[in-house]
Amino acid sequence: MQGTSVYEVKFIELEKKIKRENWRRMWFRFKKSKLSILGLSMILALLLMAIFADYVAPYPSHAGLHIAFKNAYKPPSLEHILGTDMYGRDVFSRIIFGFRYAFMMIGLVLSLVAPTGVILGLIAGYYRGTFIETIIVRLSDVFISLPPLVLALSIASILEPNIFNAMMAVSLMWWPWYVKLTYSMTVSLRNEPFILAAESQGASTLHILFKELLPIQLGTILTKVTLDAGWVILIGAAISFVGLGAQPPTPDLGTMVSEYSKYLPEYWWMSLGPAAGIVLIILAFNLLGDGIRDVFAGE
Amino acid sequence: MLLEISDLYVHYKSYWYTLKVLNGVWLRLDRGERIGIIGESGSGKTTLLKSILKILPQNGMIPKGEIRYDDKNILKLSSSELTKIRRKEIGMIFQDPMAALNPVFKIRDQLYDILKYKMMTEGHNPSSRELYEEALRIFSDVKLPDPDRVLESYPFQLSGGMRQRVMIAMALISAGKLLLADEPTTNLDVTIQDQILKLIHRLVTQKNLSTILVSHALGMVYQMTDRVYVLYAGDVMEEARTTDLFSQPKHPYTQLLVASTPRLSSVGVGEGIKGKLPDYRNPPAGCRFAPRCPYVMDECINAKPGKIQVNREHIVSCHLYE
Amino acid sequence: MHDVILNVSNLRKYFKTTEGVVRAVDGVSFIVRCGETLALVGESGSGKTTTGHVIMGFYTPDDGKIIYKGIHDLSSPMKKRTLELKRDIQIVFQDPGTSLNPKRMVKDIIALPLLVHKTIEKKRIYDKIAELLDYVGLSEEFMFKYPHELGGGEKQLVAIARALAPQPSFVILDESTSALDVSSQAKVLNTLIKIQKELKLTYLLITHDLGVVRNISQRVMIMYLGKIYEEAPTEEFFKFPMHPYTQMLLSSIPTLSEDDEKIKPKGIESIGEIPSAVKPPTGCRFHTRCPFAKPVCSQQEPPDITVNSGHIVRCWLYG
Repeated sequence: MQGTSVYEVKFIELEKKIKRENWRRMWFRFKKSKLSILGLSMILALLLMAIFADYVAPYPSHAGLHIAFKNAYKPPSLEHILGTDMYGRDVFSRIIFGFRYAFMMIGLVLSLVAPTGVILGLIAGYYRGTFIETIIVRLSDVFISLPPLVLALSIASILEPNIFNAMMAVSLMWWPWYVKLTYSMTVSLRNEPFILAAESQGASTLHILFKELLPIQLGTILTKVTLDAGWVILIGAAISFVGLGAQPPTPDLGTMVSEYSKYLPEYWWMSLGPAAGIVLIILAFNLLGDGIRDVFAGE
Repeated sequence: MLLEISDLYVHYKSYWYTLKVLNGVWLRLDRGERIGIIGESGSGKTTLLKSILKILPQNGMIPKGEIRYDDKNILKLSSSELTKIRRKEIGMIFQDPMAALNPVFKIRDQLYDILKYKMMTEGHNPSSRELYEEALRIFSDVKLPDPDRVLESYPFQLSGGMRQRVMIAMALISAGKLLLADEPTTNLDVTIQDQILKLIHRLVTQKNLSTILVSHALGMVYQMTDRVYVLYAGDVMEEARTTDLFSQPKHPYTQLLVASTPRLSSVGVGEGIKGKLPDYRNPPAGCRFAPRCPYVMDECINAKPGKIQVNREHIVSCHLYE
Repeated sequence: MHDVILNVSNLRKYFKTTEGVVRAVDGVSFIVRCGETLALVGESGSGKTTTGHVIMGFYTPDDGKIIYKGIHDLSSPMKKRTLELKRDIQIVFQDPGTSLNPKRMVKDIIALPLLVHKTIEKKRIYDKIAELLDYVGLSEEFMFKYPHELGGGEKQLVAIARALAPQPSFVILDESTSALDVSSQAKVLNTLIKIQKELKLTYLLITHDLGVVRNISQRVMIMYLGKIYEEAPTEEFFKFPMHPYTQMLLSSIPTLSEDDEKIKPKGIESIGEIPSAVKPPTGCRFHTRCPFAKPVCSQQEPPDITVNSGHIVRCWLYG
């Protein structure tokens, strides 16, 4: 930085060092629980599989449209770890691609829903007693009061059934929960002396919302995001299960469970695979969520 | 000798670390004596009181030490004997009435419970009429106005002063021989505090109770006790007659504490004490006050000082006096 | 520079609650002179904290005027005040545990007012923060600590550094030492006294602790149930307390030495409890607990009676 004295540089270095220390400490707290590490590794593994699905899956072309009736209904074997489905496609490969769609859904929904919900919740809580608060809170109340699955299904049935619209439907029913969470935390913090101190010193509203109120709530919000990931998959799978989400031949996990369940119980391996995949993702995110909660719990 | 504590160690264990709070505490109390324990918040004063009644939280352990009450070792008593003592002999006034009174029960229910169990221990099964009359008597002892209304109230419906009087009443039921008072007037207005302290004094004298008054407020201890112990970070630093301790404090910590207290008769407070309490997870090996002591010497860091008698009835734990 | 920095006249603040209207501040008038420390003393329910909060702008008054430096009207709420006013009037809260954001580093906490009021250019901000910390007696490492790593006294010193950062003229000390241990309290008091002299600050000290008052303030005012009943220069106040409530207060203080004991008024003892502020007693609000109460005390509010220069009592005993 131009014109910075040597004295200042010393401080900047010191600050960087301390911030690194803090990150290390957070990681240490996370590491303490072996289960959290397990969760994190599972997610990383699944994520890598999802990204490099083309290379990891033994039969990448089976992910989409592929017909080879000669190979159909084969039980698990060395060539096909989880057997083949009614079109002769390798179930295992399809599941790996299914993870890709799962992560896409989690990523899209949560990156839409969490920031919007949190910002609206902060605003509603900070402007307590005003018109803004009423609008935001009542609007979220309306969405919350509708049974979530019914809402998601209604939206999905209005729109054209595909995976993108399924994600939209899930987002629309999910956002108010973030508003509520942030709103209630903001309201309880709103009149704490340190907020009054910041206001009395003339801090801008933006500063108070994002630099004073948000950091305190970050731990809870992040924990919720990770735990929500599992639920998003589940709801998405439910939508696909009834045929309103991703359509065949898209290898979405929920769609697969739905399609393949018709072939139970003789061809059990077909629906077992994708169902296990769903359970795996949910478990992984739950373990990760516990770990994140522990990191922030001491504060 | 009613109470004698020797070499008491109390630790709080958690999954990751152990808090070594009390570090070899010693204390003695004769019948009818009123002693005080002073020290800043976090010194272990409440821990010490709770050890006497053996009501430490689940993670509190006593790896070493002895507490002799009435010639019995409290730490080795059977639970039925301990229960008898808690019901009939030792009573405790807790620091925060809002924390010690159960918010979902009326005062009447809580008071009657204590009365009933005490009377049952004496072999007497009281009727509700008897309980009511006893309650009225106790309430008039603590000068609680409008006793019927108080009995029917929940704790949050009473003022701070009234809650404290209820707590004192409850403590006195069980305090047959010994009364423990842990910061009995925090958060009370100074005029109410004065009334409460005078009340405690009157009742203690009337019933000839031995008392241990714990506080960080030096003035209160000066007014209400005959002998004082100074506790810092789980170590007893000094023991003396109250007037001696405050007029001629020997331990540097005591001196700084007394000097830092603002006076009415003169202007100017001491410099205060730099630093703060040690981390109980990793307390200093030698004297626990060494990191903050203006007279610290090499031996203070390495070895904990012993008990040195500087005067009749005046003991200091400090290398300066060896 | 005006001689009178703050002029409060007939201030009233009421709160509507489910039990009725709480008349927290009910007709309070006083002035604060430049460079002095005025102590506003009272017990719970006296209205002293509310008075301070109205001056800060956390509440708007229901009646009365507050004039700052002869020109600014402080009856506007904080949101509507100018940045300059927000810079010039600062507050140090009672509980250091909640007045510092637990998730922000000390340096950010102190940097905020510096940045908002552009007291110093951004590239020299670390310098200034280190200077401020040093001024309150904390070493520069404290910059990168979080509040939970500090003791109570240290946290309060950070709060003071934060209040000083924008170079204010007037600081409200809202029970700033009440939550501290006696050892931290001494350090904080000494720091406050030193700072006041060097920076020529004016303090409004809100407290219930008369020991602190004796050591730091030049003038004292006693509040009871929303009204001021006595005001005097400090030494005069401790030597000749006139109002029965003042005497009751002083006689209740647990003292540490024989010298202090002698100062306490004899012949009066604390009785009764503070009445509800929703239906305060008529006339002189203290008459329900006053051992010297006369019939007129319950009928009419007592007038101002000047006992000595700067010493005013509101009591029928003297009029």
